Amino acid sequence: MTYFLWAAIVIVVLTMVALLYRIVKGPTPSDRVVALDTIGVALICLVGLLSVVVDSSFFLEIILLLAILSFVGTIAFSKFIEKGDIITRDDSR
Amino acid sequence: MTILANILVVFFIAAGLVFIVVSAIGLLRLPDLYTRAHAASKSSTLGVMCILLGVFLHFWLIRDHFNPTILLGILFLFITSPVGGHIMSRSSYIAGVKPWSGTVRDDLKPEIERMKKEQKIK
Repeated sequence: MTYFLWAAIVIVVLTMVALLYRIVKGPTPSDRVVALDTIGVALICLVGLLSVVVDSSFFLEIILLLAILSFVGTIAFSKFIEKGDIITRDDSR
Repeated sequence: MTILANILVVFFIAAGLVFIVVSAIGLLRLPDLYTRAHAASKSSTLGVMCILLGVFLHFWLIRDHFNPTILLGILFLFITSPVGGHIMSRSSYIAGVKPWSGTVRDDLKPEIERMKKEQKIK
């Protein structure tokens, strides 16, 4: 069981390295945003697997925190790419 | 009983690993942004949900500790990850990222041109 979990952690880390290659090479900024979002997902997997390895449930709140932060970051980046600013000024008032 | 629980946990974690690795291969090998976003948003969502389900079953069945935080995380990822993929693809289309040269049909282009024309008239 422990060997399997360490092998799983190594595989997830190799996945993150492959996504890092896409971030370095990506032709457009949107490619880099997609790859960063997937790196956030892989980081969530890594936190879950590490909390099984060290056998403590104190790290499990971090999973929810990382998911929320990754979502907010993705929305902010794509709004910046789409409109050029993140918080739009309200002209109707 | 512990052996059965271990088999269940290992099965879910292995399935999640397969999906995560497939999404990384898709991000490396697919030709343009829209296919890459397709691979990233769907496959990695299912992978992380499987892995978190394995972690949840490990803490529930073996350690006898029911942890609703992981279930909340699974639900949150299931809701927000496709929304994130959709918004990334939409913003990159509006910013002018070209689809792959083998694309045969683009239904969104006349619609966006019509929207721009209407906004200019207003």
